[in-house]
Amino acid sequence: MGVEICVEGLTKSFGHQVIWQDVSLTLPAGEVSVMLGPSGTGKSVFLKTLVGLLKPEQGSVKVAGRDITRLRERDLYEVRKLFGVLFQDGALFGSMNLYDNIAFPLREHTRKSESEISRIVLEKMDMVGLIGAEGKLPGEISGGMRKRAGLARALVLDPEIILFDEPDSGLDPVRVAYLNQLIVDLNAQIDATFLIVTHDIASARQVPDNIGLLFRRELVMFGPREELLASDEPVVRQFLNGRMQGPIGMAEEKDAAQVEQELAQIDEGGPADALTPRLLPGPGITRPPRWEAIARREAELHGTGVRGA
Amino acid sequence: MRLSPTGALRHSGSLFAMALDVVRSLPRRPFQAREFIQQAWFVASVTILPTALVSIPFGAVIALQIGSLTRQLGAQSFSGAASVLAVLREASPIVTALLIAGAGGTAICADLGARKIRDEIDAMQVLGIDPIHRLVVPRVLASMVVAVLLNGLVSVVGVAGGYFFNVVLQHGTPGAYLASFTTLAQLSDLWAAEIKALVFGAIAAIVASYKGLTAQGGPKGVGDAVNQSVVITFMLLFVTNFVMTAVYFQVVPQRG
Repeated sequence: MGVEICVEGLTKSFGHQVIWQDVSLTLPAGEVSVMLGPSGTGKSVFLKTLVGLLKPEQGSVKVAGRDITRLRERDLYEVRKLFGVLFQDGALFGSMNLYDNIAFPLREHTRKSESEISRIVLEKMDMVGLIGAEGKLPGEISGGMRKRAGLARALVLDPEIILFDEPDSGLDPVRVAYLNQLIVDLNAQIDATFLIVTHDIASARQVPDNIGLLFRRELVMFGPREELLASDEPVVRQFLNGRMQGPIGMAEEKDAAQVEQELAQIDEGGPADALTPRLLPGPGITRPPRWEAIARREAELHGTGVRGA
Repeated sequence: MRLSPTGALRHSGSLFAMALDVVRSLPRRPFQAREFIQQAWFVASVTILPTALVSIPFGAVIALQIGSLTRQLGAQSFSGAASVLAVLREASPIVTALLIAGAGGTAICADLGARKIRDEIDAMQVLGIDPIHRLVVPRVLASMVVAVLLNGLVSVVGVAGGYFFNVVLQHGTPGAYLASFTTLAQLSDLWAAEIKALVFGAIAAIVASYKGLTAQGGPKGVGDAVNQSVVITFMLLFVTNFVMTAVYFQVVPQRG
């Protein structure tokens, strides 16, 4: 079972520039959450703060009851073993081939024999569809493969929490769809707590249990997917519909009068967006009770039969 | 890089903090033997040839200067003594410092900087591995060991180059050159030079690692980091060299 992350009053700034302030949210154990936000709103900074790579000015991040922001360096490295992080470009070690990259955490942290390591590594590589590419160097493979290899490395220590930093950036729509399916399947299989940082609306509509939106140096909203998708909040609606009219401008923000004028132009009386169906674990995956419940609710909402078993 | 009045102070502080972290991580187990051997081999491979090639002309220049000076003073019998003293005491630690900073330090800084901007260092920390213990400590130790060995190489090649130029080109007498070998220089000079090299190796590797691990701003950031690491290392090494020489003269009684 995953671990809950409880963020309270978190504020981060670089010099005089405040990135975001007073961010409070709880990532429920075992659920998939998505953090949305326009480019440059500090989504990646938020992710790095969660794992203690950056120190916030104020607030606390509690993981399994321990406050990451106040831990000593030595303890921090212990707590980090609960995390698996997928960095934007995979962050593979350039001097090692894929097999060694994925085996690296096992060799560093466990006393497993090489045959056991090989079994685990090949299992994880199979999970992300990389069998046959063990001997390749990170420089020789495509961005999508690097991401999947990075994911395999993040999975190898059986983390309780997995953080994804823009898993869909730089990938074509088909690969994004596959990656989203992979994320959902993984969640059903390993039950860890997932946080995905992205600005891809399609993924945000399909994948998560919860959605949060960072804008204008604060957390605009964080809550269950249905609530966010049905929200009337102008920023949320603008972002989820990917349109120009609304508070988000090209250069961060617009002035209030212009926003009001633009919002008046949009026909707000129109029908609310139909709720996008959720992505469910694939047919071959055994669904835990949580996903069974989600699948039943989806079937009721959209009138489709429950696929798989 | 933005200029700020406290910037220099802050960077010096972080540099010393990292040096302390390195010292603290030294006894931590498991010792990264593999990384240490790889790095020692790597640093040696990028420094040995340039060091040998630099120390021959270095020894030659000293021999030429001293040769003409001793001839004017009519003290040709001392030319061997003076040139050995100069090579052993000053030339070899300085050449070692230049090469270990210029060839070894830059390679370390570029390597760590490239890893930093590719998020590899962050990834390592997230995997629960301390980059200071895993990457920096083996590099610092490797650089120290190689610096000590390089210093020996520079001494031998420098003295041999000096002998060649003095005896073959300036027609000095080989017997006088060899006989006066230990008139001024003594064994403690060699030890002092080796200790200097040890310290230089540590400083060069720590500065290079610090600059590499704090690189930011893409590929250009790595270039800047390498550039700054060479400049900072040179300044620190020459100051350290001066201080250690001054202390040496106070502590060890001199001949002659």
